[in-house]
Amino acid sequence: MNNGWVVTYANWIIKLRWLVVLVTVAGAMAMASGGQFIKFSNDYRYFFTDENPNLKAFEQLERTYTSPDTLLWVLRPNEGQVTDPKILAVIKEITERAWQTPYSIRVDSLTNYQHTTALEDDLYVRDLVIDPAEVDPSEVLRIGTTEPAIAKRIISDDGTTTAIFATLKIPRDDITATAAPVAHARAIVDDIRERFPDIRIELTGSVMLSTSFSEAATRDLQTLTPGMYVVLALTVWFLIRSISGTIATLFVVGLSAAAAMGLVMGWMGVKLTPPSSGAPTIILTVAVADSIHILVTALISMQKGMEKREAIVESLRVNFQPVFLTSVTTAIGFASLNFSDAPPFRDLGNTSAVGALVAWILSISFLPALMSILPITAKGSLLRQSDFMEKFGEMVIGNRRKILVGMTAVLIGFASLLPQFTFNDRFVEYFDERMEFRVASDWAADNLTGIYQISYSLYAGDAGGIAEPEYLDRLEAFANWFREQPEVVHVATFSDVIKRVNKSMHGDDDSYYRVPENRESAAQFLLLYEMSLPYGLDLNDQINVDKSATKLTITLNDVSTEDMKSIIDRGENWLRTNAPETMYAYPAGQAVMFSFIGISNFEAMTVGTGVALLLISGCLMLALRDLKLGIISLVPNLTPPIAAFGVLALFSTEVGFWSTFVIATALGLIVDATVHFLSKYQRARSEQGKSAEDAVRYAFSTVGTALWVSTFVLIVGFALLAYSPFRVNAMLGTMVAVTVACALIIDFLLLPALLITLDGKRKTDKIAKADPEPGATEAPAPA
Amino acid sequence: MTRFSILDANPIVRLTVNLREEHQPMSRNVANFTDLASKTALAWIIAAMLVIVPAGISAAIAEELAGLATLPGADDPAARGLAIARETEGRDVGFGNTSANMKMILTNAYGETSERELRNLVLEITEENEGDWSLIVFDKPRDVDGTALLSYAHILDPDDQWLYLPAVKRVKRISSVNKSGPFMGSEFAFEDFSSTEVGKYSYNWLRDEACGDRICHVTERTPLYEHSGYTRQLSWTDTTDYQPRKLEFYDRKDQLLKTLTFTEYQLYQDKHWRAHDLFMENHQTGKNTRLVWSDFVFQAGLTESDFTTNALKRAR
Repeated sequence: MNNGWVVTYANWIIKLRWLVVLVTVAGAMAMASGGQFIKFSNDYRYFFTDENPNLKAFEQLERTYTSPDTLLWVLRPNEGQVTDPKILAVIKEITERAWQTPYSIRVDSLTNYQHTTALEDDLYVRDLVIDPAEVDPSEVLRIGTTEPAIAKRIISDDGTTTAIFATLKIPRDDITATAAPVAHARAIVDDIRERFPDIRIELTGSVMLSTSFSEAATRDLQTLTPGMYVVLALTVWFLIRSISGTIATLFVVGLSAAAAMGLVMGWMGVKLTPPSSGAPTIILTVAVADSIHILVTALISMQKGMEKREAIVESLRVNFQPVFLTSVTTAIGFASLNFSDAPPFRDLGNTSAVGALVAWILSISFLPALMSILPITAKGSLLRQSDFMEKFGEMVIGNRRKILVGMTAVLIGFASLLPQFTFNDRFVEYFDERMEFRVASDWAADNLTGIYQISYSLYAGDAGGIAEPEYLDRLEAFANWFREQPEVVHVATFSDVIKRVNKSMHGDDDSYYRVPENRESAAQFLLLYEMSLPYGLDLNDQINVDKSATKLTITLNDVSTEDMKSIIDRGENWLRTNAPETMYAYPAGQAVMFSFIGISNFEAMTVGTGVALLLISGCLMLALRDLKLGIISLVPNLTPPIAAFGVLALFSTEVGFWSTFVIATALGLIVDATVHFLSKYQRARSEQGKSAEDAVRYAFSTVGTALWVSTFVLIVGFALLAYSPFRVNAMLGTMVAVTVACALIIDFLLLPALLITLDGKRKTDKIAKADPEPGATEAPAPA
Repeated sequence: MTRFSILDANPIVRLTVNLREEHQPMSRNVANFTDLASKTALAWIIAAMLVIVPAGISAAIAEELAGLATLPGADDPAARGLAIARETEGRDVGFGNTSANMKMILTNAYGETSERELRNLVLEITEENEGDWSLIVFDKPRDVDGTALLSYAHILDPDDQWLYLPAVKRVKRISSVNKSGPFMGSEFAFEDFSSTEVGKYSYNWLRDEACGDRICHVTERTPLYEHSGYTRQLSWTDTTDYQPRKLEFYDRKDQLLKTLTFTEYQLYQDKHWRAHDLFMENHQTGKNTRLVWSDFVFQAGLTESDFTTNALKRAR
């Protein structure tokens, strides 16, 4: 018998079964104990590397002006307008309570808007609403809807919806820092909802975006991971009908997931994010495949009359190499996520890769040891499944030409759909309607203002240059141009401020609502105006320290990524055509960063996926020691993603940046089925000298059941991610599940047909000659 | 003789002597001689000050100082805090009027800096419950050269403020309750460096502790002005000269917002201490502003007529 040393190894494992169980469990627990150090990341910026140019622009803007972190209370009475004194009192109350938000540095609302009026040479600067009971609602509405700084941003045109903005400066190094302000903000919401049932109030803003990431991650860990465990238990039991086998499998997968999470997230201190919180679910799924292969082979052998220990040894002998190979290829696939430009996906890849390797070690040590301890009885169902696989194999062999032609046509059809895909990364839509942030942001966008913003730091050429009339004139033109764009909801620009101040400096004469005549006037008016503003409502959020640049911010409606890029391009074009060279500016903002997250990851992951494909195919060829089979194996490895995205194209042609990770994640998994099928096929051809047809029959009968069982588990596992409220995880999971499903169909239909067609002509003796020592083909990696 | 002048002057003498000893360890005899000489000289100076200074102070101040001899104890922190503030104010009474130059160096979180230059004229108002008058003339940046701000400080009411804008040759009256916004984009609010009258706050003495090489009274003071930007401030007042050494500003949510450090003190007219370097650090935004005073002139010959809206136009 070849693979002699595996047999020795297997006997040794069974002999030292108690020790093996003890050592492996102790080792896994030691790794898992790092779990106590696991921390969540509360920062959306974690999705970008430090080298990311969009993040750099964003952080430069943050340091030059003020923090971009915001909380937004949006409220709308069921009836009437927000300028009603009763509602104004509520706004004033929220404004004052907003000041109490931890880390708040600024609060903007309808009531504390610094309204400027003039009476001859007296300049009055004060809150728009000082006493809600004593205001003229129509006057407040008129001012609110005509002052460009607040119209459409703080108050809607129809006066029915208003927002209170709090700007927060959250310490970047403290990942728990968002908890306190969010708790405070939610307490306000709860209180207002209870006291004023007639007012709808929602909470959004970038701080809520950050919080939603960690809440989605927590939710995934709390619901999906245990859910996956239950689904796995049921599925494994249903498929192998052995309680001991199921328990052993659950131990393997549970320990693998815990060990990997503990090691990477705990001991190595990687912060947990929604993508990486999908890792336990993925590891459970991937790890179960190893166990199932070993279990199913052993159980089938037992049903065929083998004694338990003998069956375990036989199972290890047959599966040692393919299980090793699939684990390595799976790990390579996951590890290729390190090419990603989004660190959370690197973490996901690394954790999953570690999990896959731990699962491999446990499957060839702990699992057989535990099986030899536990009482195992094999029931008849597995044999019946095996019978079915043999019949299925006959059907495929009989219809191979039709299958070949049909499958090729379908795949070409799918491939032709692929160029239609476009990226769309609206970060609000990363969350589904179960998340408060999504509901609140959608509602706010419908009624008042969008969450997607682009900011430009526009340089004036010299210190104090922002008072230069030509600069202000260009600034105003740029702002006006943006206001004409259909995607733009609001433009905040310094030119509006200086125009209003100029008017006030001329006794509120409307004809002076324009840029001041000369630089000195503008600078002196600005000095006067700044002096009259209170704490937290200054202009430092839009003017830099030496008054050489101002920040212009546009708020967009619910635009797609394509539209976002389009307006960025058009904006740049406008600047190049109409502004001096000093004014060219790089757009910055969360929305901008997420707009390019798709394309930057696409570029990075194209390389990463290519490298993974090369490595995995290399492993396969090395293991099979057969170039022809290696080349044939490329077909079932490459076509499933094409088929899967083809299926997706039938429903939607918009994909998020998650799509760039699908192939890398799925590749390591879909290779597994190919490996198992080909290794059995090759064993039949070389060891037993069978014809291609018979070798296909052998592969179906020996590995067919295990393949569809493990694939079924993979599909269920990744499909379960679809229930994540974080849609990036949900779509990644769904697409990997679809890809794996397509891979199984291709492995069961196209691969056998290809093998018989392309490999059938090769004579069996030629294979034997080419490979004088058949055992060598299955020589596993070093022990 | 007050407890303070005796007890608190002594450490300085010791310190000065110690410094001298450290600096001249090479020639022991000479050092001893110098020490003796300096000790004698200092003793004379102190003795002279004890006689001259109280003599020069008005009866009202003497009364206040006498009150301090029995500075309220730790069991009445409010009274003790108030007494400390009164002492600080009392020690600057009679400065009359001053003129000085002021330079502000603004730094953002990025390390980028920007400078402003101003001149500051102050007229002491001795009336109870009224703040001093000040006139600030802006020299730099160039665009605001000649702009001048006249303020009549009030204790609990908004200050009266007028600004002369040379570009339009007009005086504008600013009617705003706000004194808490950034002054010229700096980390100083107008309320931070406008005159500190005792009546602007309520006080609560917390503790005495070391501050640098001195001992400081640490007092919590709460602004009484409704539109102040702060909930409270912590002030460190040294027990020797009763000058502010450090101020912490707490924002509306009672979070530490800024710290102001006073250094480079110089004594004018044997009585009036002025810090020449005021460093304000914003802990929340990472920005800071350094305010450097120079060319202090006391009794600069200013009168009320130099603090009128008409005078504003001539201020350049």
